[in-house]
Amino acid sequence: MPATARPLSPHLSIYRWQIQMVTSILHRATGIALAAGTILLVVALLALASGPEAYAKVQAFCASWIGLLLLFGWTWSLAYHLLNGIRHLLQDAGLGYLPAQFVRNGWLVVAGSLVLTALVWVCVFAQRGGA
Amino acid sequence: MSNLRTPLKNALGLGSAKQGAHHFIVQRLTAVALLFLSLWFVWTVLGALHGDYAAARALVAQPFNAVLMLAFIVAVFWHAQLGLQVVVEDYVHTRWLEVALQIAIKFLCFLGGAASALAVIRIALGR
Repeated sequence: MPATARPLSPHLSIYRWQIQMVTSILHRATGIALAAGTILLVVALLALASGPEAYAKVQAFCASWIGLLLLFGWTWSLAYHLLNGIRHLLQDAGLGYLPAQFVRNGWLVVAGSLVLTALVWVCVFAQRGGA
Repeated sequence: MSNLRTPLKNALGLGSAKQGAHHFIVQRLTAVALLFLSLWFVWTVLGALHGDYAAARALVAQPFNAVLMLAFIVAVFWHAQLGLQVVVEDYVHTRWLEVALQIAIKFLCFLGGAASALAVIRIALGR
């Protein structure tokens, strides 16, 4: 912490929760979660390169309830970070800063991330049903 | 007000290094790449999910998929390093811990990327 105790600006506990701050916080949180998720990416690719036994272990982990829970969380994190990332790129171009637009786009991203996640998992379970 | 620098900064030669926007630009560049690559990645994983080992390996071994997977790996780990760097800059205020974390993040992201890339290359070359 800083050596001098200067007054701080109001923080999370002071403000009323609103979509503007939630989307920002979630972008960071999902980014951190996805960075952690790269561990599974590395493990899965190394397993795929090394042989069927290692790959079967990764598959078994992914099919376990903790694996499914993590994969579901990472799916939503990716969907959210992707859509909110597009929103950020548009904001970098100077678009969508009017309060009404900002709030609307925030909800669009949240709703879109849920739709994308549902779409992916419908594909997952439809394939399993068909196989 | 033609010069915003203090006289001391001028005397010490501590001006702009002309790289102030580099982090910003690379973060966005990798983001645009990941926009496409992550959708392709999810699509590819969905295709390999319920197949067996040989099918998954054959899928990644296809030249088109192997190249995109390498691009995905580079963009993911680069983007992750840049993002985690900002999180540590914002929230970790103990200097030694901040430096240690920044170094650890860079090392881990490079190792993760290198290991993944080697795996894809082994698969693509059939070794």
